[in-house]
Amino acid sequence: MTTPEGLRDLDAVNSLADPVRRRAYEVVAAGAGPIGRDDVAEALGAGRTLAAFHLDKLVAAGLLEVSYARRSGRTGPGAGRPAKLYRAVAAERAVSVPPRAYRTAAELLAEALELAGAEETLYEVARRHGSGGPPSADVTETLTARGYAPVPEPERIVLGNCPFHRLAEQFPPLICGMNLAMITGLLEGAGHDGEWTARMDAAPGRCCVTICKT
Amino acid sequence: MDAFHLAQVNTARLRAPMEDPMIAGFAEGLALMNALADRSPGFVWRLEGENADGTFSRPVDPSRIYTLSVWESPEHLRAFAYQSEHLDYLRRRREWFHPNGQDAALALWWIPAGTIPTLDEGIERLERLRSVGPSAEAFTFRQTFPAPRITANGQDEVIAGSTAAPDGSARQRFAWR
Repeated sequence: MTTPEGLRDLDAVNSLADPVRRRAYEVVAAGAGPIGRDDVAEALGAGRTLAAFHLDKLVAAGLLEVSYARRSGRTGPGAGRPAKLYRAVAAERAVSVPPRAYRTAAELLAEALELAGAEETLYEVARRHGSGGPPSADVTETLTARGYAPVPEPERIVLGNCPFHRLAEQFPPLICGMNLAMITGLLEGAGHDGEWTARMDAAPGRCCVTICKT
Repeated sequence: MDAFHLAQVNTARLRAPMEDPMIAGFAEGLALMNALADRSPGFVWRLEGENADGTFSRPVDPSRIYTLSVWESPEHLRAFAYQSEHLDYLRRRREWFHPNGQDAALALWWIPAGTIPTLDEGIERLERLRSVGPSAEAFTFRQTFPAPRITANGQDEVIAGSTAAPDGSARQRFAWR
């Protein structure tokens, strides 16, 4: 935490201390794609000037990034000014007091598991761990409670957030397989497995597991 | 067109001969995965193999199979390997293959665009990765090295990019072959 990187992370996390700003971050981070200030203002129940103020503070803190796009799909003269859109930055911020290095430990464990070929054991453990949650009536609630940012689509649920992103990038089959087993267990434990099935459905920019109607 | 392409060699030891029912899931998936690779963005070339299934082995150890392919960039190969149906195929690898232990399972290296690697070259890269760790001559996705840049005064000599060494040490010079 005393490293320059640790201090930058502390500043970034500190900018979420304001409850309205934290809510604005949550609204943007939960979105399936870049989102405009009007949509954020509506979700917050606040004016668009206040929403824009908080969004720009989050950009300055390095938690959000800005892109511009014409939302109507029109181009050329008369299409209007491109809208300013916000989305969460992929880089992770972590503050630990005193300093802890769980990420390093996770990388070492993952590498050792791969070398030993103990994938099946990991999947069994993940499935059991996932199924330990409380029963729930709503599948999106179950997934949200575990940090997955579910986005319902007509025939499936896509997960906007990968809770293991950094590790999954380094050990894709191992960590994505673990995640699939954990979500499978989660659906079983919460009583959704009659209706929903988790499957591996890799794509860039989201979790590699999707949940389909059984 | 880029001056350099990315070569990849991949190896694993089968738990049973390719014809064994235990390996059926792998054998049946090969045609599908080869077709997926062939139509993936950035795919350049792959070794067809003795059985035209994209795998190759040597008489010294028939259970050890290899694949060899060329891609425009690490990003293209990564998208095919880890952001497509291929990921689920990889996830099941322990059903069909022995763990690699300390041996390297994958090696990546840069080749001049328009050339193709040989299997012997691929095996050398795997051996280099295992013995000296990641370098510009043999690396993995966990630590990639930028494509070499051709110097102004020589086509046969190249200089690795300035970020070749993770510790920020001086540029590393090497020549092909």
